[in-house]
Amino acid sequence: MSVPTLYPEDERLTRGERVVFNLYIITALVVFVLMMLFGLVMRMAQGTWLSLPPTLFYQIMTAHGAGTVGTMGLASSAVMWFFLRKYVRLNLWAFLTNYVLFTLGALAILAAVFIGGYAGAWTFLYPLPVHSMGEWTVHAAVLFMLGYIAIGVGFLLFYLDAMAGVIRVYGNLGRALGLQWLFGGEIDPVHPKTVVASTMVIITNSIGTLAGAVVLVMSIINAYFPELALNALLAKNLIYLFGHTFINATIYMGVIAVYELLPRYSGRPYGISRPFLWAWAASTVMVLSVYPHHLLMDYVMPHWMLVMGQIVSYASGLPVFVVTAYGALTNVYRCGIRWRMPAKLMMLSMYGWAAGIVPAIIDATIRINEVMHNTQWVPGHFHFYLLLGVLPMILALMFHVIAGRAQSLADATTDKLSFPIYAVGGLAFAVALLAAGHVSAPRRYAVHLPQWVPYDQASSIAAILVIAAMLLFTGRIIAGLLRAPAHVDPAHPAG
Amino acid sequence: MILQNEIWLITLLGLAAVTLGFIFVIAQAGKPTDSNRVQNTANAIRRWWFLALVVFGIGVTWATLKPFPIPDQHTPLKAAQVVNVVAHQWAWQLSRNQLEAGVPVEFRVTSADVNHGFAIYAPDERIVIQTQAMPGFTNKLLYTFRQPGTYRIRCLEYCGLEHHAMMAELEVVAAARGDQS
Repeated sequence: MSVPTLYPEDERLTRGERVVFNLYIITALVVFVLMMLFGLVMRMAQGTWLSLPPTLFYQIMTAHGAGTVGTMGLASSAVMWFFLRKYVRLNLWAFLTNYVLFTLGALAILAAVFIGGYAGAWTFLYPLPVHSMGEWTVHAAVLFMLGYIAIGVGFLLFYLDAMAGVIRVYGNLGRALGLQWLFGGEIDPVHPKTVVASTMVIITNSIGTLAGAVVLVMSIINAYFPELALNALLAKNLIYLFGHTFINATIYMGVIAVYELLPRYSGRPYGISRPFLWAWAASTVMVLSVYPHHLLMDYVMPHWMLVMGQIVSYASGLPVFVVTAYGALTNVYRCGIRWRMPAKLMMLSMYGWAAGIVPAIIDATIRINEVMHNTQWVPGHFHFYLLLGVLPMILALMFHVIAGRAQSLADATTDKLSFPIYAVGGLAFAVALLAAGHVSAPRRYAVHLPQWVPYDQASSIAAILVIAAMLLFTGRIIAGLLRAPAHVDPAHPAG
Repeated sequence: MILQNEIWLITLLGLAAVTLGFIFVIAQAGKPTDSNRVQNTANAIRRWWFLALVVFGIGVTWATLKPFPIPDQHTPLKAAQVVNVVAHQWAWQLSRNQLEAGVPVEFRVTSADVNHGFAIYAPDERIVIQTQAMPGFTNKLLYTFRQPGTYRIRCLEYCGLEHHAMMAELEVVAAARGDQS
């Protein structure tokens, strides 16, 4: 069997595409570093290594949450765009508009936080944004929410354009998901995994984003007309449907890089299968129905919804443990792979995703949530996903692209240093948060009790390692992206 | 063993199992072998792996949901001790703060302004139970304190700039003789 082409012709970027793609990636990398610095500042303040007034702490916390979630979305949508455009026609203007609206939204959010003093957390849980006890104005809260709306509109445009492209080629979204092969029939072996994953994201994140838009618009109306009060429980449901779906969509967009690139580095086919189609069909339903696991401590919720939250959380682990991570491990098992940066990052991302599921599923158990909810256990498990899962997926594509532009597949000396530092630092950071959750340290506290401080200090050191590695990654990738594109596949220099 | 320690142990074991699985595969990755053989073996293992996870998941679901850990919110709980709790930015208003150990307590938790988290910390600073305090709703929590001592109530839902300072105390005293009969 021939070795798959590392840099197929249909992935080559036109000049315009390259400019927009570079804008996405460079912006995302710079913001990631900034958000990590925000995170470090918070951990050092909790660890008593830095003096930070609570006002500023909670502003930074708000910016860190909104900035990280939004930028994960931005960068992972670049991954989806990069590969999906091979199979369906995507309009560059939609991709660019998403970037422009994201930038405008991000500026609005930063202004709301650091000029307007808004510190209502990224979750804007009603009615906190308009009930600040005089710490920020209603206008600052509304500016923050308008920033979200701008970003949401950008993503919706991008998804609608992708949806139109998918429907043009595959007829409808169900056929793109491969539903016609769930119960039988011969699966088209060249049906792209990228199309399946993208379609799932288009469906789920469009719904999630619309739920967010509804509660944002309702909250803005309430801000100026308080007599139009909202139901706090309904608002909370909509917010977590939106927030959960949005952040989960990042990993489903990011994993496209693994589906596309892993077989090229392992040299082994990574074909589509019925379990794969079942996994993505089930995930489409589960990602939209699992959000009540964020509301397990809202006892007045219908109890069947809380039971659903627990059971669907458990079931959500199956597609990862039985299909995606398992499939990736099968793909590299005894394949004779050479561990270049993209391959290393992809394997790390699979590990981060699979390992992060363990504390996540445990916390989704109602009885356990009663003692773990809103402790540092929660950021512990999602930093597993984000630092060791989604971000390495995105970085894998970046390193793949820059190796192509440099016409050299060899890792740089800095890569041999940065990768282990990042992996060890990220793992230590996530585990330190989990350990703090285990001793009941709350999340989102500007000031910590003395017994929680050692965990904060340990994770501060881990965060410094992560940031050091991330700076090396960022320097390498930005320098690589700004090179002129190569015209040959470095794996086959003779052309 | 307290619940948090059990959770921590299970988590570490789970993380270790995932880590070992990845280390095993990565260690083998450099030794090429026939792809079809690997795929066929992997598919056979996957069926059993899937089945094992499903059976395990059903077992854990049954064990952790029966009895259901949250009390019925629509019927009287008939607890001998009742505490009405109203959360405010940034203070707890409790109808009483002295309780007896060994006697069930019903906490009726609501909020006068924004969302708060009503978490009870034991004297050893571990959470024993929690619920949310929401404007417009009352969450009913049922708990029986086993050990006398000073318990602390902390807010676990971010509620503004003094969130971390929102604390109250509950004194739990040993039950009077004959109360637990």
